[in-house]
Amino acid sequence: MGEGTSIGRVRGLGSAHSGSHHWLLQRFTAVGNVVLSIWLVVSLLMLPNFHYITVHDWIAHLFPATAMGLLLICTFWHARLGMQVMLEDYIHTSSGKFAAFAVLNMATFAGILFGLICVLRLALGGA
Amino acid sequence: MSQTSTTKNRPLSPHITIWRWGPAMLTSILHRVSGNGLAVAGLGVLVFWLGSLAGGADSYAQFVKCMGSPFGLVVLVGISWAFFNHFASGIRHFVMDIGAGYELVVNARWSVVTPVIGVVLTAAFWAAILLR
Repeated sequence: MGEGTSIGRVRGLGSAHSGSHHWLLQRFTAVGNVVLSIWLVVSLLMLPNFHYITVHDWIAHLFPATAMGLLLICTFWHARLGMQVMLEDYIHTSSGKFAAFAVLNMATFAGILFGLICVLRLALGGA
Repeated sequence: MSQTSTTKNRPLSPHITIWRWGPAMLTSILHRVSGNGLAVAGLGVLVFWLGSLAGGADSYAQFVKCMGSPFGLVVLVGISWAFFNHFASGIRHFVMDIGAGYELVVNARWSVVTPVIGVVLTAAFWAAILLR
């Protein structure tokens, strides 16, 4: 493929062959986070109080449960991408990066799955 | 820097110790600090909150007791500041992604305004909660 054309490098076909995908996903998830986090903040402010019954009845509804599920996926995904960039800057050995990304990936999936199961349990009347 | 072997002592690019501080630098660092703070503490408390709700009234009472303590409130205020700061500087990133706001004066102005907006929104959020 040689040096590639300049438009090819712009499209992410430079020497690393990747990177723009990560960058774009960071933006796509950021757009989702803007919408979903505004929903969460406004919803919290509109709740009359933070008693168990109040919060439980709110989150158990279909729309809040769906939005909370999406928020979990979108924020954890965005956080995982962002923490990768931070770790890449401060960890200089490949073994260290391997270990850090292994922990980061497991924590991300564990957090998303646990959160989704909590929301499902609340929405489907298990709690 | 973490390498001990002399053969791997590669030259390092200049870092924050030698640059004169500017507003863009501070806002960039705050974006990283608040983002990683949210990733760890923010998502941690979010999952703690959902887990305690799913666990029933008793576990939710534990969550309220924990986050209502002085330390818990400091954590909550910290998370809310990190959120509004990261939100404001994230919007600044979107603007710069379309190629706008790189002129020196404009860039410096919004670099100062962004963290101020973060603090103002944090104060407004807690005022709205407390005055409800």
